[in-house]
Amino acid sequence: MLKYILKRLLQSVFTLFIIATVVFLLMRLMPESGYFGEEFDKMDPEQIEASLKAMGLRDPIPVQLMRFYTSILKGDFGKSIVFRPNVDVMKIIKQKVPYSLPFGLASVAIGLVVGISIGVLMARFKHRAPDMLGNAYVVIINAVPAAVYYLFIQIYISDLLKLPILYDADKPVSWILPAVSMSLSGIAYYAMWMRRYMLDQMTKDYISFARAKGLSNKKLMVRHVVRNAFVPIAQYLPASVLMTISGSIYVESLFSIPGMGGLLIAAVQRQDNPLVQALVLIYSSIGILGLLLGDLLMALCDPRIKLGGKGGANR
Amino acid sequence: MKKVTKLEKSIEEQIAQYGEKLLFSEAEYNRDNAEDGGYSNYSYWRSTWRSFTKNKVAMFFMYLLIAVLLFTIIQPMLPNQKDPNEIFWVGTAPDMNHRPDSEFWFGTNSTGQDLWSRIWHGTRTSLLIGIVVGFCNAFIGILIGALWGYVRMLDRFLTEVYNVLHNIPNSIVLILISYILKPGVGTMIFAMCVMGWLPMCRFVRNQIVIIRDQEYNLASRCLGTPTFRMITKNLLPYLVSVIMLRIALAIPAAIGSEVFLTYIGLGLPVSIPSLGNLINEGRIVMMSASSRYQIIFPSIVLSAITISFYVIGNSFSDAADPKNHV
Repeated sequence: MLKYILKRLLQSVFTLFIIATVVFLLMRLMPESGYFGEEFDKMDPEQIEASLKAMGLRDPIPVQLMRFYTSILKGDFGKSIVFRPNVDVMKIIKQKVPYSLPFGLASVAIGLVVGISIGVLMARFKHRAPDMLGNAYVVIINAVPAAVYYLFIQIYISDLLKLPILYDADKPVSWILPAVSMSLSGIAYYAMWMRRYMLDQMTKDYISFARAKGLSNKKLMVRHVVRNAFVPIAQYLPASVLMTISGSIYVESLFSIPGMGGLLIAAVQRQDNPLVQALVLIYSSIGILGLLLGDLLMALCDPRIKLGGKGGANR
Repeated sequence: MKKVTKLEKSIEEQIAQYGEKLLFSEAEYNRDNAEDGGYSNYSYWRSTWRSFTKNKVAMFFMYLLIAVLLFTIIQPMLPNQKDPNEIFWVGTAPDMNHRPDSEFWFGTNSTGQDLWSRIWHGTRTSLLIGIVVGFCNAFIGILIGALWGYVRMLDRFLTEVYNVLHNIPNSIVLILISYILKPGVGTMIFAMCVMGWLPMCRFVRNQIVIIRDQEYNLASRCLGTPTFRMITKNLLPYLVSVIMLRIALAIPAAIGSEVFLTYIGLGLPVSIPSLGNLINEGRIVMMSASSRYQIIFPSIVLSAITISFYVIGNSFSDAADPKNHV
């Protein structure tokens, strides 16, 4: 087990190394005005050339790359250039995360509880009204782009329930709508997979055996079907919890929450290269860590799954 | 669909000739009848189609989608259609936020352009993007997935490549590419294709790994079938239904990505109407209740298209599963 984790961690570091390189090279394709912010229009070509040289951007690419790696290893992601000039990138991110995190965690919690309950109900009443309603919900949420139904929630549901349209840090009532909106896709996801895995389980032989043994339906569901159906879902749980740090682009901009969601877009649009690099690296490492934790959690939930052996871990 | 065999026919003829009494007669030896073994005329595609038509919901969306698709093609040829970029004037001021009436069927938008023709033009643009992206992703995904699954030498290398690409968040790639390149339909298609082929690739690879060493493939390989022929004739036919599902689901996804890119300001220029553009234009004026029709109409058309593709794709993949055939 330990050996497996070590191997996976090493692989992850390698993956991150490649991602860092690709992002760094992509950033070099961007216009050079991104390194100057507002003053770019006022500078003449010689000044630009001189300051580019001073920043080390005229060095050969491999030299620049090496410098980039060493600074990352030191935990130094550079300073923001345009977004908030000369502020440490990490400091900006640290200010933004506390806005996104509560909403993200709340939406994961709502999605998990409500989604799994709906999924269990759908499987329990297969091909009857609850199942059809649930299916309609899943189809709508999966097919219609999130922006569209978020907009309609903001226009109509806020009116209907008399909830405030915009986020206000001091009014907890205004937190309801963003958190619920964010959880909608999670509910659909968990409901869909829970239903599918439960139906898979119910056709298995051990269920027939347990039924023949005289186990009550309720016990059968709780102890066997739901538990086994939950295992594959557990795999995605850590990734979705970790990803809450990145916030939701739509929800945060629609309800004007000053969180992480808008940060990446603002950074890209205003060509704040260090900020973009740092964000991409952070998001990627979260994703990789999430996958690793997911595999471990799955092995914890289901002792039959052995990691490290041949086949099993070869996703 | 029972096939009436020659034997049965001859029995019927005999019954007609001699009446019911003579039910049994000595059979003459007939070379043709002896060869006439029982077989079912099972056809995969016919059975797929039959179980698909049994699904009423899917059929409804199928008709809806066909109607919408036909209409987007026919619409510019109808009489009295307006140009989507023409600004209409009332006196000297543009005819802005004109509520729907007999002149402007869906009203005008906040710059005074006809929403009806913009919606149908936008639908065409978005469908074009969606369909091209769907097919490109399928093509690249199948090509690389087949190589990845079948050519063992490439396995390690492509697995590493996949792991790296898979870990880069999709939205970041979309944003970066649409930002670096000039906005346009081509850029958008390219940006969506750069990462979009990954799920298809992984799926094709996993399926091929499962079936590549089954006996018939082993036999084929021993007989010296070239790799290309192995992939196209022995492996890919198994995947047709899933490939069609993926293409069908890629279209709503591409329309969603287009809405996303437009939303964050990296979409198509307003002179090229698209569903994303229209939603975004509608969003700006949605807070006043009287001009909400500008977001409701595009949303309805968009949802009709994406939901139809999603439902049809899923029902088709259910119907294509031989386990569900009767």
